Amino acid sequence: MSPTLIAQIVILLFVFFMLLNSAAIMVYVERKVAALLQQRFGPYLTGPHGLLQPLADVIKLMFKEELRPKAADAFLFTLAPVISVTAAFAAFAVVPFGASTTFFGLLDHPIPLQVADVNVAVLVIFAITSMGVYGIVLSGWSSNSKYALLGGLRSSAQMISYELSYGMALGAVLLLGNSLSLTELVNGQAGYWFHVIPRWFVFLQPVGFVIFMIAGIAETNRAPFDFPEAEQELVAGYHTEYSSMRFAMFFMAEYINMVTVSAVATDLFLGGWHGPFLPASLGWIWFLVKVGALLFFYVWMRWTLPRYRYDQLMSFGWKVLLPIAALNLLVTAAGVIYFGA
Amino acid sequence: MQGWLSIVLMIALGAAFAVGSVVLSGLFGPRRPTPEKEAPYECGVPPVGDARERMSVKFYLVAMIFLLFDIEVAFLYPWALSLRDLGWTGFVQIVVFMLILLAGYAYVWKKGALDWGKERA
Amino acid sequence: MPDQILFYLLGGLAVVASVLVIGQRNPIHSVLLLIASFAGLSGLYVLLQAPFVAVIQIIIYAGAIMVLFLFVVMLLNVGREDTDVDEQSPVFVHRVSMRVGALLAGLLVVELVWALASAGTLGGVFGPMSQAPPAVTSVRTIGHALFTDYAFAFEVTSILILVAMVGAVVLARREAK
Repeated sequence: MSPTLIAQIVILLFVFFMLLNSAAIMVYVERKVAALLQQRFGPYLTGPHGLLQPLADVIKLMFKEELRPKAADAFLFTLAPVISVTAAFAAFAVVPFGASTTFFGLLDHPIPLQVADVNVAVLVIFAITSMGVYGIVLSGWSSNSKYALLGGLRSSAQMISYELSYGMALGAVLLLGNSLSLTELVNGQAGYWFHVIPRWFVFLQPVGFVIFMIAGIAETNRAPFDFPEAEQELVAGYHTEYSSMRFAMFFMAEYINMVTVSAVATDLFLGGWHGPFLPASLGWIWFLVKVGALLFFYVWMRWTLPRYRYDQLMSFGWKVLLPIAALNLLVTAAGVIYFGA
Repeated sequence: MQGWLSIVLMIALGAAFAVGSVVLSGLFGPRRPTPEKEAPYECGVPPVGDARERMSVKFYLVAMIFLLFDIEVAFLYPWALSLRDLGWTGFVQIVVFMLILLAGYAYVWKKGALDWGKERA
Repeated sequence: MPDQILFYLLGGLAVVASVLVIGQRNPIHSVLLLIASFAGLSGLYVLLQAPFVAVIQIIIYAGAIMVLFLFVVMLLNVGREDTDVDEQSPVFVHRVSMRVGALLAGLLVVELVWALASAGTLGGVFGPMSQAPPAVTSVRTIGHALFTDYAFAFEVTSILILVAMVGAVVLARREAK
């Protein structure tokens, strides 16, 4: 085995376990931030500052009974959460999180800090995101429960509606960066304008960034677009009938998807691992800081904004976001040709 | 090639983890089914009828329109990457393409296929 | 050599999944198997050094068309496909549909044999793969060809999409009057 191969396997396992941990950390952060915003303590009994709460949750869920409605499609009922989690993990595989490195000279030539280095990375993310729909629609259908079915259907219609704007926002970045590889797109954002403003695409694409974040929030079914689990009308939406670890899988997929959307937004718009003060080898710290900030924004949104109404969501996606995304793309294209940048 | 294998490995790891945890919780958890537990949740009352009833035709419409626009988006990626060579010709081509689609978009909008509020169908 | 093994694995996945599609009683299971078949095809495109086609295969076919299929199956609520429905319909319809089906299947076989036979001139179906230089299939090259050599076909596609859009609305809204 060549050292490069070993390094790649190490990165693969590292990313896998970091994603697992990120889900646990996000559960904790979400509850603590919610508590902060609502002036209460949040979890504080399990371990110091309640830090062991996610672990306790997992252990509790592990020992719960698995419930399944009698009329449910047994195979699909189990398959649906597996699809959700698998798609969540797979999407992160093409996201680079640091500058190419030789691991302190252990390798002959530097390898990029990402699981899979493919030259159509942006499209792979788009493709895997579009697969996530099946986990939700199948869980809704296989449960044979009215709330689950409605939640699953609503959610899938919402996801495909916002996928278009998501794809068009991606297209605008491709125009600027002139590449489909995320590593190349990030490296296209190195340096500064006038020695002060970092060359991040967010400054060239403010509209694109906003569209991307809105569509990202809708894709991950988070508030204020959390219709699949609109408690007041749908009980718990598509996972109404789920319990024990099958339920935990959906929960985990949601948090991992949040991390992925934040990481992709960081790479596409916020300059990835580029930032001042730190050497390139420590760029991943900047990456973590930016992803963390976006994730905090995600949580902050959820506990601040009320939920939309379903017809508002659909007409916003189709009648406002989609035309703006298309116009943004055309304006970007004209700019790219005119300035030749 | 290697990159694609890594993606497949990641998919395999994710799937193995998900299947593993579901199997483990099946082993650890109790299994004491009762008719009530096996019934779908309907706010406490006994379930009425089958859940899989015919649903609104709007979901079909939205999926169809999504598919058509998705094809458009798929065309945009090769265009975005070759725009620097194509210049204004490429720009005009995509504008014409989008204008034709705009007609369809306006038609769909006018016919109320994008409305979810009032029941007009 | 590993390429050859991967080819048979992915091709096998595509073929077996496709055959199982028509063997299922539950249409939802058929849809899922069709997605598996598309995944196999997508893998084959990667082997052929056409990653763009592979990814588009997933985005358009597995991600959009199959969602549409799933919605239609759920919309019509075809729980299970019952064979005795055919026997209730008039014998005439039954026979005609059988004959048309047999005719179409025969045509398909002829077409497949012709395609496989003439494929030899195009480089061979089982010939060595990964011969195409990667540059030919890069996304940028595809874009360039699409907007210069095939510009007319590209613009006509938009009219096709327009027609489909109008058709979908007309079909879904017929009973509105």
